[in-house]
Amino acid sequence: MGYSEAVSQLSSLTVNQTGSRALLFYVVCVCVCVCVCVFSSSGCKVLLHFVNQSGMKTSVSAMEGESLLEVVINKNLQIDGFGACEGTLACSTCHLIFEDGVYEKMEPMADEEMDMLDLAYGLTKLSRLGCQVTVERWMDGMTVRVPQEVKDRREKPEAEI
Amino acid sequence: SWSTPFFSGKHRNVQDSGPKVCIVGGGPAGFYTAQHLLKARDDMVVDVYERLPVPFGLVRFGVAPDHPEVKNVINTFTQTAQHERCYFYGNVNVGTDVSVEELRKAYHAVVLSYGAEANRSMRVSGEGLAGVFSARDFVGWYNGLPSNKELQPHLNCETVVILGQGNVALDVARILLSPLDLLKKTDITQHALDTLAASRVRRVLIVGRRGPLQIACTIKEVREMINLPDTAADMLPADFESISEALKDLPRPRKRLTELMMKTVKTESGQHKANKSWGFRFLRSPLEVLPGPDGKRVAGIRLAVNKLEGSGEDAKAVPTGQTEDLECGMVISSIGYKSLPIDPCVPFDPRSAIVPNNMGRVKDTAGLYCSGWVKRGPTGVIATTMNDSFDTARMLLKDMDSGMLNLSVNKPGGQEITALLKERGVRAVSFPEWEKINLEEVRRGTAVGKPREKFLDVKDMLAVAWS
Repeated sequence: MGYSEAVSQLSSLTVNQTGSRALLFYVVCVCVCVCVCVFSSSGCKVLLHFVNQSGMKTSVSAMEGESLLEVVINKNLQIDGFGACEGTLACSTCHLIFEDGVYEKMEPMADEEMDMLDLAYGLTKLSRLGCQVTVERWMDGMTVRVPQEVKDRREKPEAEI
Repeated sequence: SWSTPFFSGKHRNVQDSGPKVCIVGGGPAGFYTAQHLLKARDDMVVDVYERLPVPFGLVRFGVAPDHPEVKNVINTFTQTAQHERCYFYGNVNVGTDVSVEELRKAYHAVVLSYGAEANRSMRVSGEGLAGVFSARDFVGWYNGLPSNKELQPHLNCETVVILGQGNVALDVARILLSPLDLLKKTDITQHALDTLAASRVRRVLIVGRRGPLQIACTIKEVREMINLPDTAADMLPADFESISEALKDLPRPRKRLTELMMKTVKTESGQHKANKSWGFRFLRSPLEVLPGPDGKRVAGIRLAVNKLEGSGEDAKAVPTGQTEDLECGMVISSIGYKSLPIDPCVPFDPRSAIVPNNMGRVKDTAGLYCSGWVKRGPTGVIATTMNDSFDTARMLLKDMDSGMLNLSVNKPGGQEITALLKERGVRAVSFPEWEKINLEEVRRGTAVGKPREKFLDVKDMLAVAWS
């Protein structure tokens, strides 16, 4: 049957069947989403929140499999001086700070990453280099941030580990 | 023709009433400061003045040839220079071709980002002997800095002693001991390659005043030394004896570096011989460079033996009265770069060799700022300079917003300076003209399997720029 016929059939359902109609609608939506995720060649969209050096929060829809550096560049997020060496593990400017529960679920760091991360400004126990972290589905909804601006020389950046 | 002050491809509106800022120095500090300013205000015009015809400062002349990824920042600097409100003026020597005072009259603000072109001296006798070099000159030589073209170091000795244990010292050691096969694919200069091909250097000792816990280099560079082919690490176990107890309280970066050095000591004891070696020597300060029989060339170095007073980053080296002599055919002092004063009207602290400032605002001089090494001293990596430059830019923008910098007066900016330069017979190199030099260097390099073959003479650069 065509779309318009399906719609008129649905709308002709009686009040007793409204709950079923809502359930059907819900099931159809979920199926569509699952299909997009499973069959789409570009992977799933993952919601990420970035907080920049001034405390400004931006939410973006990232692609599974991208590095966080690629996300910052592709989405043109306003983070000063991010990714100076363009993802070649030759600097520490893509330094990101993660939430507690997220950090421990991530793949452990290789020596090469830790060598550069250890030079980062405002290093914390929850720090990683964005060029070495890949977006995965379970990260949906996570917030990452960069060290906050030191507004006053007397302020110290976050405690070093 | 070069008489027009307007470079093709960009429209310069002389009635432009937006803020005009002048930056002195086309290295990382200059470009990062420019980048931040341009992004912050869409009426801002930034002019970058650079003494050489070529931009990028130590990214071009300091970063080691075998660290090409570190030079990726050139891409972001290039984007900044190509910004429609940014103008690059190469081949202009601020201080001799134009004064800082003249720049301050023409612009709303001037930022000094000219870095540190000199080096700290060891101040020991024998420093003037043949075979003694500053690391700054040696690095300039293999990186094609025009003023170091004639250095001609002779690498016909077996042992080189490097004073200083920062990353620059390790760069020098690594270039001295790296296989030629690797170096010849980099942008190292041809004359350096030829000299290294004939090198007899087999042993490099990297000497520091204090102990392993105070070493200034970073872990990546130490790993690179350990991984050098056919090269053994030659450390003294005694230097690390008292270190293990302190390990557990160290912050992670210092702890990992110390553990790596200690692991090297353990691994190397009883290993089969390699052809070459490198090692750290601790608690030693230079007392005198010793000449050979002809009295003209270095044959050794006399070192004071130190002990440490205090601990951690603030520990001090104190002489014990004992001395030690090391035989060597070359001494390279890598004890720090040093800024020089640029102009009598700019305050300069000769003791710390920086421009006195308060968070980037030059002391007692309205409208004058500084960023990078000339502001903080010559330490830190590019990212350190980046953050510092952003700090200065923020300060400047704050002063614009608060009215401390008077933007209600229009300033002529580059138009006035270009006219002045023309009167004095000085012709600037524009960014598109640098790009001609760049293309030619890349073309010459490609022909010999290198990323570029750098021009060593300013006159050759200018000939290409203005062809």
